[in-house]
Amino acid sequence: MTYAILFVAFIVGGTALISWPLGRYMNWAMDPAVPDTGAAGRFTRIFQLFGGPLTRAPQDWKRYMLAMLVFNVVMFVLSFGILALQHVLPLNPDGMGPIEGSLVYNTAASFTSNTNLQHYSGESTLSYLSQLGALMWLQFVSAATGIAALAALARGLAGRKELGNFFIDVQRASFLVLLPMALVVATMMVLGGMPMTFQGAAVATTLEGAEQTIARGPVAAFLTIKQLGTNGGGFFGPNATHPLENPTFWTNAIALSSIIIIPMSCVWMFGRIIGRMRHASVVFAVMMILLLVKITGAVSFETAPTQAFAGLPIEQNVGNLEGKELRFGTTSGPTWAVITTSTSNGSVGAMHDSLNPMAGLMPMIGMWLNATFGGVGVGMINMFLYIIVGVFISGMMVGRTPEYIGWRVEAREVKFAILALLAHGLFVLGGTAVFAATPWGTETLNNVGPHGFSEMLYEFTSASANNGSGFEGLGDNTVPWNVATGTVMLLARFIPIILPLAIVGSLMAKRRTAELAGSLSVEGGTFATMLLATIIVIGALTFFPAATLGPIAEHMIYMN
Amino acid sequence: MQSLIASIRLVIATMLICVVGYAAVIWSVGAIFTPWTAQGSLITDASGKVISSQLIAQKFEQPKYFWPRPSSAGKEGYDATSAAGSNKSPTSEELTERAKELIERYGATPDRPLPPELAAASGAGLDPHISAHAALFQAQRVAEARNLPQPEIEKLIQQHAFSPGGFLTPDRLVNVLELNLALDKLASSR
Repeated sequence: MTYAILFVAFIVGGTALISWPLGRYMNWAMDPAVPDTGAAGRFTRIFQLFGGPLTRAPQDWKRYMLAMLVFNVVMFVLSFGILALQHVLPLNPDGMGPIEGSLVYNTAASFTSNTNLQHYSGESTLSYLSQLGALMWLQFVSAATGIAALAALARGLAGRKELGNFFIDVQRASFLVLLPMALVVATMMVLGGMPMTFQGAAVATTLEGAEQTIARGPVAAFLTIKQLGTNGGGFFGPNATHPLENPTFWTNAIALSSIIIIPMSCVWMFGRIIGRMRHASVVFAVMMILLLVKITGAVSFETAPTQAFAGLPIEQNVGNLEGKELRFGTTSGPTWAVITTSTSNGSVGAMHDSLNPMAGLMPMIGMWLNATFGGVGVGMINMFLYIIVGVFISGMMVGRTPEYIGWRVEAREVKFAILALLAHGLFVLGGTAVFAATPWGTETLNNVGPHGFSEMLYEFTSASANNGSGFEGLGDNTVPWNVATGTVMLLARFIPIILPLAIVGSLMAKRRTAELAGSLSVEGGTFATMLLATIIVIGALTFFPAATLGPIAEHMIYMN
Repeated sequence: MQSLIASIRLVIATMLICVVGYAAVIWSVGAIFTPWTAQGSLITDASGKVISSQLIAQKFEQPKYFWPRPSSAGKEGYDATSAAGSNKSPTSEELTERAKELIERYGATPDRPLPPELAAASGAGLDPHISAHAALFQAQRVAEARNLPQPEIEKLIQQHAFSPGGFLTPDRLVNVLELNLALDKLASSR
């Protein structure tokens, strides 16, 4: 108990402290003062040189969005090409063969959309070129896309005439935010004992004389940006439970902190760009409360021993160890499960499929809400959608015109926000319903009863939340799963970026009014409570029935 | 069209800097400062033949060795090219079946219950550690198989036990492969 609290305080508290100065730095990097003289300005001119003529003029929201979509299409096409042709391309020391078509589609969609759902095992499927040139590259630029989108959204809300230039923003996010952090963290990881080699698998002869082939590779570089960019796609199949992908307690602690550091800093960056730090603090606090509630739930449910061992001569005092590594300590597994799903990261530090039923519900809740810090950039954008709905509802309740920091929120904006939030529910519940009713889903399960349903529910939740973790027992490398989740990932990535930008575009067309004493303050406890209520009501009402069929039913039936 | 050209220019810039440059820097750091772990922490015997990685569990079945946690990696377990957990629900009957086999193999009884990690597979199936407690549980078997006094084996376990997270973790672990190597050395020196 004491150790559990100490561990969570160390990871979450420590990271929250670092997020404050980092948010300040990200504001400097992403949104330099105008006219930007000084260091940030020099960088802008270098980025204009890289990007060419189109990068010299600012863009309105439609052009910004178009630029983003074109860049993302190029990302998808290029990575699709590399993956499809990996068997004839270089950097393939272990001679990995061609990849099946629907899996190529799923993987390219997955990494373009910052999801990193993996229907393959890296060490037995991908060449080093696919890992680095396609996937690790996407881990940088897809994360940069999210940060750029948030910066643009914040500029619009700040009342600027232009949203900025996407091609400049994506370079700022890649080169000034992600790259320096990745260099620092990856160096720590290499020094902490993680492999970074371009040699193929090592062949060993064990002490008992058997042969053991040990897959390895350029893990440290890949792993670091996977965590920082809330990507989550592992170099190896079982992700950060693999000893070569996470060798010690300390690499585990650094990785955990890396997962959540940029999403936290994004809230502060947002606050600085819109010039409302007190508002940002309230949003940060709401996210933190939800995060800590989920962590407490997961950690305490996970202290129940493995139910399958009940009544057997096995010590029952340590909690559930199935799917967990000993070197991380007992609290790390459930803590990681919550943090990785609260942010849209999706790397795993313990097998989610083997979590106790109610502990396994916590990651699902994280992905249903998808805004308790959330993915880099996009988490705060999702929270913006909840804020819009929240101020609208509270405006209606007190009978005033709803407004958000001086912008009048009307039917059009609320429609867009609700549409984006409901799309998530539709993808998760609709997809699960179809697969649960057909052999597409039912023939791919690894567990029976309600846990089998949970596997399908989790898979669509993860795809739609752009998370990428899984109940990995599911035999998900089939054409129906690859096509369905691939398409859900792409839609669920771009709808919640395009609609919020459209909301901002619509707000910007109006005159901003001064905030009066009668306006709903977005800086106090009332607003925090209202926001919490909105998040819980929308999340719970949409997904609670599905939760009762899966994890809650399993808990009721099997846990004594 | 202009957007496409700008996108392609960005692809080139990000590929060169964030992939080629970044990977080269991190690779160099490993090659210069930590060449052994950067290659995968491979342990070799006196003749230079690779025995395993320090970080990767290998199969031990003979009574004279300490046994690692059960593994779901590959069909036979401990396959370091297809790492995987069981992905079974903790309520699954298959876990009960597996636990019963292990209880029999270890000869655990209600008076001498099995330490839980020896019945539970790890996430990747390659966890190189067991707790010092689980090693002590096996000490009697190892001592009998090697005809060594049990206290000497227990002393060896204590020498190899460490706290993975210092003050943040209460448990003490041992690396099974390192312990077995030390055991072989101890036996050959007598």
